[in-house]
Amino acid sequence: MTLSRMPEPDQAVLDRSSAIIKDLEALIGVDGVISEEEGRRAFEADALTAYRQAPMVVVLPRSTEDVSKVLKYCHRNGLKVVPRGAGTSLCGGALPMADSIVIGMSRMNRVLDADFVNRTITVESGITNLAITDAVSAEGFFYAPDPSSQLACTVGGNLAMNSGGAHCLKYGVTTNNVLGVKMVLIDGEIVDVGGAYPDAEGYDFLALIVGSEGQFGIVTEATLRILPRAESARPVMLGFSSCEAAGQCVAAIIGSGIIPVAIEYMDRPAIAVCEAYAKAGYPLDVEALLIVEVEGYEEETTRLLRDIVDIARSFDPKVVEASTSPEHSARIWKGRKAAFGAMGRISDYYCMDGTIPLGRLPEVLSRIAQICAEHRLKVANVFHAGDGNLHPLILYNANDADEARRAELAGAEILRLCVSVGGCLTGEHGVGIEKRDLMDVQYTPSDLAVQMRIKSVFDPNWQLNPGKVFPLSALEASRASAAADQAA
Amino acid sequence: MSDLQRPAADWELQFVIAGCAERRVPIEIIGSGSKRAIGRPVDGTVTVTTTSLRGISLYEPNELVMSARAGTTLSHIEAELAARGQMLPFEPIDLGPATGGPQGAQTIGAVFATNMSGARRILHGAARDHLLGVRGVNGRAEMFQAGGRVMKNVTGYDVARGLSGSWGTLAVLTEVTFKVIPWPETAATIVFLGLPDNLALELLSVAMALPVEVSGAVHLQASVAERLNHPGLRSLNKSITALRLENFSSAVSGRKHRLKEALKVYGKALELDHRETLEFWGELRRLSVMPNRPTLLWRISTKPTTAPKLVAAIKRYMPAEAFYDWGGSLIWLEVPATADAGTAEIRRVTAIHGGHAMLIRAEPSVRASVEVFQPLSPPLERLTRGLKAAFDPAGILNPGRMYANL
Ligand SMILES: Cc1cc2nc3c(=O)[nH]c(=O)nc-3n(C[C@H](O)[C@H](O)[C@H](O)COP(=O)(O)OP(=O)(O)OC[C@H]3O[C@@H](n4cnc5c(N)ncnc54)[C@H](O)[C@@H]3O)c2cc1C
Ligand SMILES: Cc1cc2nc3c(=O)[nH]c(=O)nc-3n(C[C@H](O)[C@H](O)[C@H](O)COP(=O)(O)OP(=O)(O)OC[C@H]3O[C@@H](n4cnc5c(N)ncnc54)[C@H](O)[C@@H]3O)c2cc1C
Repeated sequence: MTLSRMPEPDQAVLDRSSAIIKDLEALIGVDGVISEEEGRRAFEADALTAYRQAPMVVVLPRSTEDVSKVLKYCHRNGLKVVPRGAGTSLCGGALPMADSIVIGMSRMNRVLDADFVNRTITVESGITNLAITDAVSAEGFFYAPDPSSQLACTVGGNLAMNSGGAHCLKYGVTTNNVLGVKMVLIDGEIVDVGGAYPDAEGYDFLALIVGSEGQFGIVTEATLRILPRAESARPVMLGFSSCEAAGQCVAAIIGSGIIPVAIEYMDRPAIAVCEAYAKAGYPLDVEALLIVEVEGYEEETTRLLRDIVDIARSFDPKVVEASTSPEHSARIWKGRKAAFGAMGRISDYYCMDGTIPLGRLPEVLSRIAQICAEHRLKVANVFHAGDGNLHPLILYNANDADEARRAELAGAEILRLCVSVGGCLTGEHGVGIEKRDLMDVQYTPSDLAVQMRIKSVFDPNWQLNPGKVFPLSALEASRASAAADQAA
Repeated sequence: MSDLQRPAADWELQFVIAGCAERRVPIEIIGSGSKRAIGRPVDGTVTVTTTSLRGISLYEPNELVMSARAGTTLSHIEAELAARGQMLPFEPIDLGPATGGPQGAQTIGAVFATNMSGARRILHGAARDHLLGVRGVNGRAEMFQAGGRVMKNVTGYDVARGLSGSWGTLAVLTEVTFKVIPWPETAATIVFLGLPDNLALELLSVAMALPVEVSGAVHLQASVAERLNHPGLRSLNKSITALRLENFSSAVSGRKHRLKEALKVYGKALELDHRETLEFWGELRRLSVMPNRPTLLWRISTKPTTAPKLVAAIKRYMPAEAFYDWGGSLIWLEVPATADAGTAEIRRVTAIHGGHAMLIRAEPSVRASVEVFQPLSPPLERLTRGLKAAFDPAGILNPGRMYANL
């Protein structure tokens, strides 16, 4: 791939690396610092594996105070810092630079307080997403945002990316389910934003911090909303002979006043791969498959599924299969949940994440097919249809440079298409390094300037996760205008 | 009276702001002005109203999304939504009547600029949770947009949501795009009478922990309940603890039954039917139980388990009457007028128990002299000043509205 350019490493910093490592060891202990080559290599990439760069050193703090000490040191010494959770980012958000210090949050993974009466849980940010639900499920609660990577990804990464999941149609994404964070600013200062009570005191900094891609500070603790789990949840599978019919069915369900917990979409290539892998019982002779899930009490889910099937009937479904038991439900979900993994077994893929207005779905899907055909590539679609968040998986061979390049071009074209129909570049994976240079497709220079000034409020010298989110050219323009501001 | 500007297009607004920025002329920004009596008074040489920026620019009922110019009235928006069987999920509260302003006048831009949510917030989230995108002009006279019209969007920072609750001090919003939801088929309320605060709040927490999707959970002390218009509830001389359910009919009746079973130790429950439910929650939405009087009105956010203790602690210093909303995490507290608005005691008690407090109703002279918004911790204050300077370096947009010297 023609990779996005990263900022040049600072040779003076690299020259001082052994002194810096010693200082860090003195600050938080030898066992909290990884400096040997092999250890650092484990941190060289996230799930966007086309980009690889081992960091200068990795630090594994055990407490907020550790983080504060390390950041204060980095601030004083002008060092670049890359926060890291589990490294499952799909946009290169956790990609290190050669002269950077990776702060890995994996050791801070405790539940600090589960308050079932007030329905909140306070955790350290290195805890995995699934461990939160595990910690509260015995009491009948769950944590709503459920990215498919939930077994591995951390809540710190979820906050940084404002991650979503299949069940976000009903419950909202990360930002809708967090009440407060403890964050360490680049100068080492510890700030509490929000808390276990509603609404911000003053400006809504929490809204800005969630989705800031590790560029505002390092989140060490979070207070999250937990919700009582419904008595039952049941999916129905609906297979259609055209993607138009499936798209219209999604709009009709939502327009009818029913808000399912999830509406997931798979196209024919995706169905084939998932079925081969998971044996979920998916029909192989349909163009599009919807999995629609509703929840509530037993008698309610029965009625809701009936209503949904009634709506679907007017779009001439080829397959209608409602779950009849928990085992059946698990089987229906198994294929969808394994989709990315299953796809990865047959081919390298490039996962797009644009979001579009639902009404444009059929048109956009056929344009995507066309774009990929023009680039002589195959594409499979697996996505969150209820909220228009597409995941076209462009299949390519990573060892074939030309094919990889075509995949990248097709991807960029698809994202431009999403923006042109009123959508956006990324619905849940983030901008990172991957979509950085497409930001000006969606935003004007003043839109970007507004965002970059907020970054400067938190991190005036741009030490936190630099080289991501904004095109480097926009960055240079903003530096010039900030200098002009200062002079004025 | 200051110079009143009614820009009818973004570029007109940009022109006004550019002129003021150059001469460092302070601007008071209003929608319809229904919340002018809330917050610190602003001394603007120029007043800009958004009321000429009006109209619904996009409404896709099948995608549950609407965009409207900032000065569009909420009543217009709600009427358009209702015509398609939809509504705003967060049931924005109308503080007009409680603060001597007009009723039903607020504009949609101001609803998001102040993050005004009502009772249904406990089920569906706050105003900010439904804001998808904004257009606006900042204090540098830059036109910008943030977010968009799609349901999921993490492209760059979440600037739109970050502007919710900024009270016009960072930018003037010219258009907002938000998520809507369908009206439920029906609604019902169950009411418990005569419970003391601590038991009532315990009841609310028990209800909120059940998967019945309570969409309103309030407790009105007896002296507050007697101000209701509802003739049956007003005359009982008892505190009222109420829970609302909204869903399709059979779900509402099934859930009502489950709720009553789970709560039977708290006494026998009365029921309000659909029509009475609309009236009762409609009254609360206008805050009619806290009518405009020469007393002070505070709004305190805390944890439900702390709420009754916090109110009891304040009562040791002053008479106080409480209406608890959001399952007890929000307290509307009426206290007698004093020169310092009881600030010292209320802030101290809130700090001890955890939470934050905002003075909603007081004489302008009082609001000008005490801290109306919750005072900020030093790091938050530093970030607040930084954010203000990023958007409005000359400090011309609603100066002093949230904090003195900002
Ligand atoms: C198979 C697979 C499926 C996925 N499915 C989904 C999905 O359904 N929905 C979805 O939204 N995403 C999905 N993702 C993407 C990814 O899992 C999410 O973005 C996740 O939130 C990243 O978490 P992480 O802990 O791995 O973070 P990392 O990848 O380590 O880091 C992500 C970003 O967060 C920052 N960061 C991490 N921790 C902190 C902290 N404590 N403080 C400040 N910044 C921090 C990093 O600097 C980086 O910018 C998927 C990824 C994979 C590989
Ligand atoms: C769009 C949406 C739809 C939902 N639908 C359902 C549903 O149908 N059924 C169901 O059971 N649940 C639903 N929920 C679940 C939801 O997570 C919570 O039940 C609901 O938000 C709780 O409201 P709350 O008043 O307790 O607010 P909280 O959960 O306390 O907070 C609500 C919002 O306010 C923000 N907030 C809170 N404190 C602060 C602070 N200090 N600073 C800044 N922001 C703050 C939070 O980020 C959050 O986005 C939905 C949530 C959302 C967002």
